Amino acid sequence: MDLALAPETLARWQFGITTVYHFLFVPLTISLAALTAGLQTAWVRTEKEKYLRATKFWGKLFLINIAMGVVTGIVQEFQFGMNWSDYSRFVGDVFGAPLAFEALIAFFFESTFIGLWIFGWDKLPKKIHLACIWMVSIGTLLSAYFILAANSWMQHPVGYRINEAKGRAELTDFWLVLTQNTALNQVFHSFSAAFLTGGAFMVGIAAFHLMRKRHIPEMRTSLRLGLVTLAVGGLLTAVSGDTLGKVMYEQQPMKMAAAEALWDGEEPAPFSVFAYGDVDKGHNKVALEIPGLLSFLAHSDFESYVPGINDTNEALQKKFGPGDYKPIVPVAYWGFRWMIGFGMASLSLGLVGLWLTRKRFLLPAALRTGEDEVPRLVLLKKPLGAKLTRLYWLLALWTMAFPLIANSWGWIFTEMGRQPWVVYGVMQTRDAVSPGVSQAEILTSMIAFTVLYAILAVVEVKLLVKYVKAGPPELTEADLNPPTKIGGDSRDADKPMAFSY
Amino acid sequence: MELHDVWFVLIAVLWIGYFFLEGFDFGVGILTKLLARDRPERRVLINTVGPVWDGNEVWLLSAGGATFAAFPEWYATLFSGFYLPLLLILVCLIVRGVAFEYRAKRPEENWQRNWEHAIFWTSLLPAFLWGVAFGNIVHGVKIDQDFEYVGTVGDLLNPYALLGGLVTLTLFTFHGAVFTALKTVGDIRRRARKLATKVGLLTAVLALVFLLWTQIDSGDGKSLVALVVAVAALVVALVANQAGREGWSFALSGLTIVAAVTMLFLTLFPNVMPSSLNADWNLTVTNASSSPYTLKIMTWCAAIATPVVMVYQAWTYWVFRKRIGTQHLAEPAH
Repeated sequence: MDLALAPETLARWQFGITTVYHFLFVPLTISLAALTAGLQTAWVRTEKEKYLRATKFWGKLFLINIAMGVVTGIVQEFQFGMNWSDYSRFVGDVFGAPLAFEALIAFFFESTFIGLWIFGWDKLPKKIHLACIWMVSIGTLLSAYFILAANSWMQHPVGYRINEAKGRAELTDFWLVLTQNTALNQVFHSFSAAFLTGGAFMVGIAAFHLMRKRHIPEMRTSLRLGLVTLAVGGLLTAVSGDTLGKVMYEQQPMKMAAAEALWDGEEPAPFSVFAYGDVDKGHNKVALEIPGLLSFLAHSDFESYVPGINDTNEALQKKFGPGDYKPIVPVAYWGFRWMIGFGMASLSLGLVGLWLTRKRFLLPAALRTGEDEVPRLVLLKKPLGAKLTRLYWLLALWTMAFPLIANSWGWIFTEMGRQPWVVYGVMQTRDAVSPGVSQAEILTSMIAFTVLYAILAVVEVKLLVKYVKAGPPELTEADLNPPTKIGGDSRDADKPMAFSY
Repeated sequence: MELHDVWFVLIAVLWIGYFFLEGFDFGVGILTKLLARDRPERRVLINTVGPVWDGNEVWLLSAGGATFAAFPEWYATLFSGFYLPLLLILVCLIVRGVAFEYRAKRPEENWQRNWEHAIFWTSLLPAFLWGVAFGNIVHGVKIDQDFEYVGTVGDLLNPYALLGGLVTLTLFTFHGAVFTALKTVGDIRRRARKLATKVGLLTAVLALVFLLWTQIDSGDGKSLVALVVAVAALVVALVANQAGREGWSFALSGLTIVAAVTMLFLTLFPNVMPSSLNADWNLTVTNASSSPYTLKIMTWCAAIATPVVMVYQAWTYWVFRKRIGTQHLAEPAH
């Protein structure tokens, strides 16, 4: 059969499409849940109305986003069984457990408390209602943790043995699966990237309104919160990315060699800035390099040996038998660069913004702005001109998308960089597909999901734009007088609900 | 009782929880065309399940995840075997979730009407298809010696399974109607009760035939007890509905679902997916299950998590215990 349309290829495309799409919503859900919860906490503690308006504004965007995250997550729960039944049979004993934990602990948490939060404004006392959004936030973090532990096991299988009689992997140490260094580093990296994403989202939208001098008190607060989140999240993403990279040099040298298009091992090894090469012959035609930097990234010194694609391939052939153990090198190489590039661009925007909008630090007293003024962007002692100010707001608006691109390429890099393995060193992807599912069936489902997701993307983005433009809502009587009893105060039996679909 | 038997029971519990809870929100979705006369009434219906449908649906994800962990072979055979019907269910659940959340977010007539159509169809189709799926699981399908499903989609649409689909469809609609009667005020409440009687009678006839067919096919003493409980609960639910005892009626329509699904699982045991080709190729609790270590960890997780989930989900229903009528709808904020 034509390889381009082989069930394995189609199943991989479907997994790639549905998972990357799902992960557009996941980081925003994780970070916006926590940020919305933070704003609501500020409202409950200070009773300043701008915090409540901001909570309602970001909460609405959060809900539009999480709806998509939830429904696209359903597919993930069943897709392994549908398209990857041999994988499921082989690893279910190990891989199924974190998935079940995720559903039983995290999904129930998220889904139940989100309902309470959406409809609970006039049904729950203030503090209990606030607790609900924090529960949602905890749910999102737990959910991500379990699924990342499961993925880490595919990157670096631990805590299992192979049962030859049953022909499958069996769990021997669940705690190790949850706490191995791959899992902890991936969790650290993904969580911080999630906050980088949410921070950039907040900064971009706040910039949009501030540029038009609208909703200033809420957007001023949001800008500050977004910038801090973006900068801290971004710095932690960089730090955790570096440690995760070092772990990967130990666990999957092939992935990291491919990330650098380092065909032959070198001592010391350079970091590649740009490369263009011949994948079949295994060498680069054009290469722009920084000497020694790769050695440093891999092993924290500028001297040591880093193995290349060709020598790693030979080593793997000796260990696992004949075959080609190379991933698609250009995808790994460029995926790695786009991940870092787009992530770093966002981080820089955040750091620059944090400096430009500083409140007091090294800022002439005359340039300080009040609560209801658009913050002045001050480089040193003078504010930026109108054009440059506008340019920064526009850049902030456009860089909103950068972390989403970085996240997507990060996953494409780490998953495709592991190929041909589905579970590194244990099972190859070609052995994982469902033998009983026909080409027509996979094609049908791949097209169905792709078309449906494309339509929903248009619907979702249009809705987001509408609610972004609308800005924070006016507060109502009900908003300012939350109930004192669970279930709502029963003053008037016919009183309309604070929120209904 | 060994751990894989415990897990057979727990998987049954998760499915029962799913059908009990999502059963009525599917039913309410179907009633948006069967019962509601205008947009405010459709909104009343949608808002009776608004805060809870998402939590209800997680019972399905838990059943899926737990099956993956406790019975990987079952998970693999079932979902790769019932590929296209499952795909249709997934597409429905995706659209349905978005429909609930997005319908009220724009004021345009077209927008709202389209999402309302979507809520109806994406409630109706899964309500039917889950019955077809369970009919096939209980009845046995073409599974070969490698535990691969070797039948076609057409094989899944056999009379027994299709009847099973009609039973879940009508039963969930009935369950949704008595739920609506319990959760609403005004004219819609009265009409929900009337509709419940009609749908309930139809359900009773279909369920009796389907469960007797199951009993004759593969039943024993225990399953007969479950059958009697299911049918008796349904009859009493109808009587309670007629008498205006809405709480009882809902509890009993729920009991009908519990007993009927229990009966299916009783006839299934110790198989999880019997093969219609050769009894040696049946997937059973022993040959489809995970290792004792995995089952032990999973048991701890389920033993702690499930009761906690039940408590906070029950609390949610208590928080939103007030009945809803058209006068309670919030002014749409756009």
